[in-house]
Amino acid sequence: MSAVGVAHEHGHEQEHAHGAHGHHQQSFMQKYVFSTDHKMIGMQFLFTTLLMLMVGGALALGVRWQLAFPWTNMPIFGPLFANAGGQISPEFYTMLFTMHATVMIFLVVIPVLAGAFGNFLIPLMIGADDMAFPVLNMLSYWFMIPAIACFGMSFVYGGAAAGWTSYPLLSELRVAAPSSGPAQTYWLLGVTFVGVSSMMGSVNYMTTIINMRAPGMTLFRMPLTIWGMFITAILQAFALPVLTAAGFMLLFDRFAFGGWLEGIHTVFFTPAGIVVNNAAPTVGGGQPLLWQHLFWFYSHPAVYIMLLPAMGMTSDMLACMCRKPIFGYKPMVYSMSAIAGLGFIVWGHHMFTSGMNPALGMTFMVSTVMIALPSAVKVFNWIGTIWGGRLQFNTVTLHCIAFVSMFIVGGLSGIFMAAVPVDIYIHDTYIIVAHFHYVVFGTTMFGVFGAIQFWFPKMFGRKMNESVGKWHFLLTYIGFNGAFFPMHMLGIAGFPRRYADPYIHPYLEHLLPLNQFITISAMVMGFAQFLLLGNFVISIFNGQKAGRNPWNANGLEWFAPSPPGHGNFDIPPVCYRGPYEYSNPNRADQDFWMQTDPNRGPKKPAEVVAHGHT
Amino acid sequence: MRKFWCAFFVFSPIVAIIYSIISSMVPSLGWWFPGASVTELGQRIDNLFYLILYIITAVFIGTQVAMGYVLWRASRSKDERSWFSHGSHSLEVIWSVVPSVILLFLALYQMDVWALFRVQAYFPKEAREAPVAEVTARQFEWRIRYPAPGKKLQLKPQSDDLYDVNDLHVPINRPVMIQLRSEDVQHSFFLPHLRVKQDAVPGQIIPIWFKAERQGIFDLTCAELCGWGHYKMRAQLTAEREAEYEAYLKKLQADQNYDGHATPSAVAKKDE
Repeated sequence: MSAVGVAHEHGHEQEHAHGAHGHHQQSFMQKYVFSTDHKMIGMQFLFTTLLMLMVGGALALGVRWQLAFPWTNMPIFGPLFANAGGQISPEFYTMLFTMHATVMIFLVVIPVLAGAFGNFLIPLMIGADDMAFPVLNMLSYWFMIPAIACFGMSFVYGGAAAGWTSYPLLSELRVAAPSSGPAQTYWLLGVTFVGVSSMMGSVNYMTTIINMRAPGMTLFRMPLTIWGMFITAILQAFALPVLTAAGFMLLFDRFAFGGWLEGIHTVFFTPAGIVVNNAAPTVGGGQPLLWQHLFWFYSHPAVYIMLLPAMGMTSDMLACMCRKPIFGYKPMVYSMSAIAGLGFIVWGHHMFTSGMNPALGMTFMVSTVMIALPSAVKVFNWIGTIWGGRLQFNTVTLHCIAFVSMFIVGGLSGIFMAAVPVDIYIHDTYIIVAHFHYVVFGTTMFGVFGAIQFWFPKMFGRKMNESVGKWHFLLTYIGFNGAFFPMHMLGIAGFPRRYADPYIHPYLEHLLPLNQFITISAMVMGFAQFLLLGNFVISIFNGQKAGRNPWNANGLEWFAPSPPGHGNFDIPPVCYRGPYEYSNPNRADQDFWMQTDPNRGPKKPAEVVAHGHT
Repeated sequence: MRKFWCAFFVFSPIVAIIYSIISSMVPSLGWWFPGASVTELGQRIDNLFYLILYIITAVFIGTQVAMGYVLWRASRSKDERSWFSHGSHSLEVIWSVVPSVILLFLALYQMDVWALFRVQAYFPKEAREAPVAEVTARQFEWRIRYPAPGKKLQLKPQSDDLYDVNDLHVPINRPVMIQLRSEDVQHSFFLPHLRVKQDAVPGQIIPIWFKAERQGIFDLTCAELCGWGHYKMRAQLTAEREAEYEAYLKKLQADQNYDGHATPSAVAKKDE
């Protein structure tokens, strides 16, 4: 790191060491609500996303209820929708899966990774006292609130009903989806607010990681979590503006003002002469496929935004639980970078059947198939990490192994989709649903559940309950696989997505029992999350107390007190080595070697880069 | 507990494999393709599917076995310490190069089927020159326009065009091309038994071709979310012999020309 960065670091440490000693009294509002402390913001994100996880899960169970028991009264939630007779109407069903995806993607997976863990871990793991821009950081959380409010308004108006992909013209012409009305507009505003929040986070993470690393924390001494967060931040910074722009284009297409505002009614995505629901033909010269290109230009990298931080966190947890260095640290970094780089040139694989130029289908197929390569390298390296380790089967380990195992399934099934001719048949069938749930839930969420257990002691100074954690894992794992593995078969049988009642089609009639099995599994998985919530909340107050380093891990975050005070570190950390020096033979007395440990071991003292400041 | 968890993580892939084998081997369950493809190109698509399936099954078993093995070893480790290793360069090279060769082969191997399916220059000439029908998707039905018998399909509707809804008739054993369009929002023309799928994009006319090799009535569904009634765009494809197909068009013409005075069959006779 540059000398400027180090000097800057020092100034802050002194100032904040001061703060940590309690001279700096904060009101309740400052400390818990409008906090600029990255740890509090991270926890705010974590609480919000866990709450939203339950909302999104309830929406999913609504979808599953209709598919298993079509046109019957919903239990629990049915009485809330008395005007539909307690049933799920087709409009309501469309809203359910649209909002399920929206909530899960924009309010759970992206914010829990970048928002909660990114915020909490980045400064702690690189040895900084806070983010580079604390106020911006606070704003990034508070911009989630209008986003949630907008999605809430979307519910009030009947829910956006054009799928989370919101393809025009369905999402654009009000007459095409009469039930969605203002809901679609609110939905677009909500996505824009989430985008603003993510962008604020992204700028902050990049700046913090580049400028505020502790002395000695070179780029290749950063834990893989930080690499994952760093690459994710770059992805967001480059991909998000495209979605935001597309969102505004669609908003202006939707507006139909009169008077002097008439000029705002644009037709980016509207071709001429389209008659929807016997309304007047459209005037325009737009192209609906443009939206798909713009949308997927963000939303495919977003898949990696939803994955890379979890990959990084799992690498850190797995190395610690195996008491072994990560296998192939640099290949891990390079493969994450390769995934991110390739991630920008594969968006067209969502559009193989869309009618875009077939030559594009071929190029996107090659890039998409090749993105499986870095993913495979990562899997091999995780298996290599377990190889020869001394494994402790605690909840964290179980989630990490599930992460790798589920990623194998999700990654391999992706190859079907990458192959264009095969995708002709399976596009928009349930095999796609199976695939992305294996990646986004099976992989990312198992990583997140593990990470909650792993970093919980650092957040609250207490450990989570192990046996409840294991039950949660067991039920989630069984429920998850029971729900999503049979969906592969549904997809092969040609079962399309987003059908309120698939069984009116003769070739799908016989699939009802399989769907009922899936729904029961999904319920097991859904209700198992109450174990997580209960364990989480109760452990905050009653968990077993944990010291600074309950897992005997190496990272800088374990050098800080648990929970860390304002300003994080009571002793300014200096980094002497990489983060994965577990079971190093040069360290005879213990099987871990903290990055901050100035003890250089018996041999090769020159290997450690000593800074003048130490 | 260690043994339990090792067994647990080995057991679940085994269940997955057994379940997949049962699904693919017992067609009466209906958990697999809806019958063999009706088109030859569809069979080639299925073959590509199976090629990928075999490769990924091998990889799946390989990785899960490796995982089970390392888990078993790591959970029983009697050593005081883990094996201190930062990785192996040669292993990294091997497991980067081998998958990349396989993946590249897979990608290139798919190209010709895609070209045949979608690139107009590779469409069979007879199909390309005489599209049999124009299919227009709208919320929530399929409108079908045939040219009058003996005439060619024109871009603009003609006064003697024949119309039907939700029932597309095509002759078997010859390649046919249809022009796909959408009247309102985006739809997708999906023939599961023929392995054909193509989105209908408003403002575009997209040609698709297929050659049904078996007669029968097959499902035609919509595969792209098009509104609340997306699920009920139920239609059918009737693949029939040339003579039946012509008779169908004749009958359609007769019904359409029926003026209320003569019996419809009399009109048909007059046309002949």
